[in-house]
Amino acid sequence: MIDKNKNAEQYWRANLRLIFGCLVVWALVSYGFAILLRPMLASVSVGGTDLGFWFAQQGSMITFIVLIFFYSWRMNALDKQFNVHEG
Amino acid sequence: MSQFAINLLFVGGSFAIYIAIAIWTRAASTKEFYVAGGGVNPVVNGMATAADWMSAASFISMAGLIAAGGYANSTYLMGWTGGYVLLAMLLAPYLRKFGKFTVPQFIGDRFYSSTARMVAVLCLIVISITYVIGQMTGAGVAFSRFLEVSSTTGLMIAAVVVFVYAVLGGMKGITYTQVAQYVVLIIAYTIPAIFISLQLTGNPVPPLGLFSDHVQSGIPLLTKLDSVVRELGFQDYTADVPNKLNMTLFTLSLMIGTAGLPHVIIRFFTVPKVADARWSAGWALVFIAALYLSAPAVAAMARLNLLTTIYPDGQTQSAISYEARPDWIKNWEKTGLIKFEDKNADGRIQLYNDVPAFQQTAQERGWSGNELTVNNDILVLANPEIANLPAWVVGLIAAGGLAAALSTAAGLLLAISSAVSHDLIKGLIKPDISDRGELLAARISMGVAIAVATWLGINPPGFAAQVVALAFGIAAASIFPALMMGIFSKRVNSKGAVSGMLAGFISTVVYIFLYLGWFFIPGTASFANTPDNWLLGISPLSFGAVGALINFVVALAVSSVTEKPPQHIQDLVESVRYPKGAGMAVDH
Repeated sequence: MIDKNKNAEQYWRANLRLIFGCLVVWALVSYGFAILLRPMLASVSVGGTDLGFWFAQQGSMITFIVLIFFYSWRMNALDKQFNVHEG
Repeated sequence: MSQFAINLLFVGGSFAIYIAIAIWTRAASTKEFYVAGGGVNPVVNGMATAADWMSAASFISMAGLIAAGGYANSTYLMGWTGGYVLLAMLLAPYLRKFGKFTVPQFIGDRFYSSTARMVAVLCLIVISITYVIGQMTGAGVAFSRFLEVSSTTGLMIAAVVVFVYAVLGGMKGITYTQVAQYVVLIIAYTIPAIFISLQLTGNPVPPLGLFSDHVQSGIPLLTKLDSVVRELGFQDYTADVPNKLNMTLFTLSLMIGTAGLPHVIIRFFTVPKVADARWSAGWALVFIAALYLSAPAVAAMARLNLLTTIYPDGQTQSAISYEARPDWIKNWEKTGLIKFEDKNADGRIQLYNDVPAFQQTAQERGWSGNELTVNNDILVLANPEIANLPAWVVGLIAAGGLAAALSTAAGLLLAISSAVSHDLIKGLIKPDISDRGELLAARISMGVAIAVATWLGINPPGFAAQVVALAFGIAAASIFPALMMGIFSKRVNSKGAVSGMLAGFISTVVYIFLYLGWFFIPGTASFANTPDNWLLGISPLSFGAVGALINFVVALAVSSVTEKPPQHIQDLVESVRYPKGAGMAVDH
């Protein structure tokens, strides 16, 4: 029983770490590159404008998709590793 | 075949498909009615979620907003997609594990309080009714332009179609019609986008075309667009925004508002497993991005197309004469969404930014005011006509716009009816109601919700645009934080949750009312709605994120000085965190 609880706690911690990492990237591409840090990226030009504009209208959305699939893949693997997956 | 006949064929044909699906997927139990039986494939659910989420605002209005605002309105693109990351990681899998039928039910059970459940029901109904008004008026516009009926008649037709498939099929019928509606709307959006991208940039993929060279001038499309709008006194299309705090908070409000919308969350109750809920969020965003990646391309290209139509020989040369205006302007003038007023009486259409800084240039050119007002909403609908595409593409756009409006309306109506029949009637008034009785109650409340939505669509309150801010603000400030704390904290108790939700809800609503009028009654605003008056430059539209913060702080503070939640509630939190033993969505 103690082992089981410890195991469960480790699983939850691993989930929180993974969420934290993904949300850092999530914030970086949208609030960072596309909004607050845009002036710093102004020198990188992309198709007639700058990298910040690209992140605002394309790059952030593509990153969001990659993040969700990465999270799902890692979590589904963690479910199995900690034996908390469904039948 | 006339354009009218083609439109009728496309719209009528798509409606016939929706009705056929409804008859094929009738709901026989409350479980089928609320969560489509709980066995929906995650990819199918992703597609249905995309149609559920992409409303008349996404299909019709968004590209117009981006075209008008340029970079500044990228907030809609990021805000309306970034919420799915939050859904996939912070809400959907755990709420699926919880395995009940409605969002207020989770809040009520987790915070062991029927008060909390009723506050959630109230928020849900305000959010969903607000949202439905926009869908119904959007459907009305599409009908009146493409099928030459009055928008009231159009609304009635739309209401009858939704009634048939939503009341018969419940979530099950809605799921499969949403899949069909997604297919219709994505084809309708993409085909004109491909044509317009080919015409302007030679690249058949619109998102790539946006960053390619403009064929006619040989310079990058966005550079060309910047120079064209600058010539007419507008701000550069790609210009940066000075108020970064407001832009950040607005994007954040849209993101957490999206994640807190009940009609989107309940879609994730329909998949078989927790792992499926995670995948399904990813698929939903893939299907959404198929439109959202095209939208900014459509926006930039349509704006350039419009301005080169008005000024065929360049922006410093004379504009086209009113007599020689293209047919699409004539068609849309009839709807009142394009208006021309010949202020300098030269018979030509001058379109420019009538601001003090540009007045001298305008005078030198003999212009005495902007003469053409173009409603943002027509951009996507008029796109095929502006780009001279064949008549069947116009018919397709009509069917697509209606698919977007109706799919979202049906999802919202289901969220409302399940809150009434499951949370209010079964949860509070008559707990011993039979499954058949509850199913009947769900169908009746769905019928009533449709009648109310149709009435509001025919008599739209003058504040329709403002109330959308209210919907996102409330979802962000009340529902999202309550759900998140319910999953990620074992310490937040019923007192904390209820005071947090009320604090978030009230602060957001009050902030909006201060600037937009108390209960939106014109003339009652306490301050003029201008950036100078906003607290720290935060617009009423952006306040949802602040309201959410207030909710978190109040809930955590109140909980920390009051008792811990009982052991069985802590066990409940524990159980939603681990996928094992989820099973199908069940009632008790």
